[in-house]
Amino acid sequence: MRIPPRYTQTAAKLVMGLATLATLAILVFIILFVLEKGLPVVGFKFLLSAPRDMGKAGGIFPVVVGTILLTLVAILIATPLGVGTAIYLTEYTRESRATRIIRFGADCLAGIPSIIFGLFGFIFFVTILQMGWSILSGGLTLAFMILPTIIRTSEEAIKSVPNSYREVSFSLGATRWETVQKVVLPSALPGIVTGVMLGVGRSIGETAAVIFTAGSSLRMPSSLFDSVRTMSVHFYILAREGISTENAYGTAAILVITILLINLTAYGLMNRFVAKNN
Amino acid sequence: MNNAIKIATRDLKAFYGPEQLLMSLNMDIQANQILGIIGPSGSGKTTFLRSLNRLNDLVHGFRIEGSILLDGQDIYHPDFDVVALRKRVGMLFALPVPLPKSIYENVVYGPRLSGIGDWKKLDRLVEASLKSAFIWDEVKDRLGSPAMRLSGGQQQRLCLARILAQEPEVILLDEPCSGLDPISTAKIEEALTILKQKYTIILVTNNTKQAARVADQTAFFLMGSLIEYGPTSDLFTVPQDKRTNDYITGRFG
Amino acid sequence: MKFLGEKGVRRVLAGIAFSAISALLLIALFIIKEGLPFIISYGPVKFLLSSDWQPQAGKFGIWPMIVASVWVTLGAMLVGAPLGVACAVYLTEFVPRRVMGVIKPTIELLAGIPSVVYGFIGVMVLAPLIRSQLGGPGLSVLAGAIILGVMILPTIISISIDSIQSVPNSYREGSLALGATHWQTTHMVTVPAAKSGIIAAIILGMGRAIGETMAVIMVAGNAVKIPGSALDSVRTLTANIALEMGYATGQHRQALFATGVVLLIIIMILNSLAGMAIRKRAGKR
Repeated sequence: MRIPPRYTQTAAKLVMGLATLATLAILVFIILFVLEKGLPVVGFKFLLSAPRDMGKAGGIFPVVVGTILLTLVAILIATPLGVGTAIYLTEYTRESRATRIIRFGADCLAGIPSIIFGLFGFIFFVTILQMGWSILSGGLTLAFMILPTIIRTSEEAIKSVPNSYREVSFSLGATRWETVQKVVLPSALPGIVTGVMLGVGRSIGETAAVIFTAGSSLRMPSSLFDSVRTMSVHFYILAREGISTENAYGTAAILVITILLINLTAYGLMNRFVAKNN
Repeated sequence: MNNAIKIATRDLKAFYGPEQLLMSLNMDIQANQILGIIGPSGSGKTTFLRSLNRLNDLVHGFRIEGSILLDGQDIYHPDFDVVALRKRVGMLFALPVPLPKSIYENVVYGPRLSGIGDWKKLDRLVEASLKSAFIWDEVKDRLGSPAMRLSGGQQQRLCLARILAQEPEVILLDEPCSGLDPISTAKIEEALTILKQKYTIILVTNNTKQAARVADQTAFFLMGSLIEYGPTSDLFTVPQDKRTNDYITGRFG
Repeated sequence: MKFLGEKGVRRVLAGIAFSAISALLLIALFIIKEGLPFIISYGPVKFLLSSDWQPQAGKFGIWPMIVASVWVTLGAMLVGAPLGVACAVYLTEFVPRRVMGVIKPTIELLAGIPSVVYGFIGVMVLAPLIRSQLGGPGLSVLAGAIILGVMILPTIISISIDSIQSVPNSYREGSLALGATHWQTTHMVTVPAAKSGIIAAIILGMGRAIGETMAVIMVAGNAVKIPGSALDSVRTLTANIALEMGYATGQHRQALFATGVVLLIIIMILNSLAGMAIRKRAGKR
């Protein structure tokens, strides 16, 4: 007996609809679960006071500071490199073997697991360059990790700047670099910022690459050569070593909220940017 | 009136890949006149125009043979400074392209690049340029607002002012009124007839009537060749070539 | 940068442009430099295929970790691939564009949730559930597979949606015009046309799963043994590195870098497969 196509269609739609629903439900559940357990712990006191007893009690202030510093170092290094690469690829060359090599490098770098970045950072920055477990080692390692994201989003952003802007600028006697500086980059800025924000989100959420390069000191850092513990690492240690489930939830809630806000802003910017350029 | 030759082309050919876009053009263009270039689309008018300030250099696969002389100097000579050329030869595009900046910033874009930083001088330049482009009265109270907010006709006049602020010698116009209403078109044409006292103007247009109205000399292009070139009144009344006659009477194009 | 001049700027930018490929080479170079000599001196066969991992006794066989990584990753694919592809197909073909315009970014947003948070949820919610319902220690292949399967959903869904969307509408119209139902069109025309993109999405998801570290450490149990069932505790390649790196020295540390080399090779193979799938699709257009 042959089943009428209408019934198979209904069945298929049902199954796929359920799969979609399940996916969304799982993802939403994760966020709500963390927020529900964590938000009661979170407050200004938790954010701004020092941890006591290995994080069992007290707040996470040095951890917040450490996260910010590490992310800042990563962004300050990766942004010029990433945007520079994007400018070179879009404004200064045509498709060639060199650009293919550059893109291949960025794509491969994007696929490397974070633990490998951690291993590399540990052997190269921490050991060979003798930076030790420090903000600098961790920041440099993260910079390598987020570089492909910044390259790709910047390239998309620069490509979407209308070509007529460049023609006008050239016809008014601007050189290529003047055109890039005064017309292309300002127009592409929202898109570039999106890429940087996504990089910030990744840096904050990263654990494996950071724990072996920045260490896990709970003390307040006083220089770039001090070890710090980021929020993700702190959360991991609290949860894994069973130090304090309560504070682990609190840290997780802050982590999730921060990253969601950052990514939300990034996508918001991107949408406005795309709408503007079309 | 000064009838010196401002621009001369000698055996000018242009290629895009294997395709030849311009067929050996020899033209002398007089200073302080308006040259109108007419012809159907694809006849090489725009290619010719964009060759005059080397904007085609940006197109990959574009190649030029022969020479273009500006005041007797070959602009395609390797030693010729392209950036300086583009400051001397300004270009107005078919669609108005205000840069995403304020009205004021649009006008001073070129002068700033040339290194003019003095506020008073820039202010004077902005006012003079906007007045010459017949738009000063409409925007004088909102120079700081985004140029994108202006109407299409105002934008195009702003773009003209932006070129005038460069104090160029030659102004190239590539169908500048194709997207504009009749009033804006009239304002631009009025501006051009006054500006020719100071500048050499080359106007590419799809609108033969516009050429008849404002041009002193008119050239008719067809399939990359210069078919006929002479005083506008002659070309429109007693065309020498049958194809010119067919085109201006609307048989094709 | 005015003092550099146009040529100077171009040169500086060209130098910067090679930063990504230089970073990649630097990483590969140092991981290999630390790990490869050990593999050669210890013997590649013994290193890869022996099941004895006793760093204190100088025994370094990573076979159990390889098996564990394979099982956990395959399990994750069993969870993530069907769910992700079904989700992508449903969202592109059966849901209004506006709804999808909201759901797709939401799902991509969730890709940003740190892996430690996924791991934690696995420990707090999933593992106890497995322990009480199915037995075993709870922290297991199954728990790892489910958590990783969920983690790679955003990757799979987002890339699949892009590739399904890029199928020309004329294909769909052609099929519908021949009297096919919407579903017949989808599974006989649209999805096959987007096949290589979907495969690339799955391979990239696989790369993410096999490279994932923190979540897997937290939920898979980390016992060094070849699993007998999905409920057994296992330690993956990545977990092996991360767990022991903190205190390893000498030969032990080299062995961990050697594990990194193996991981790097697996990832490179997966990435080039995905690249091939994507290029195949680009070639067809």
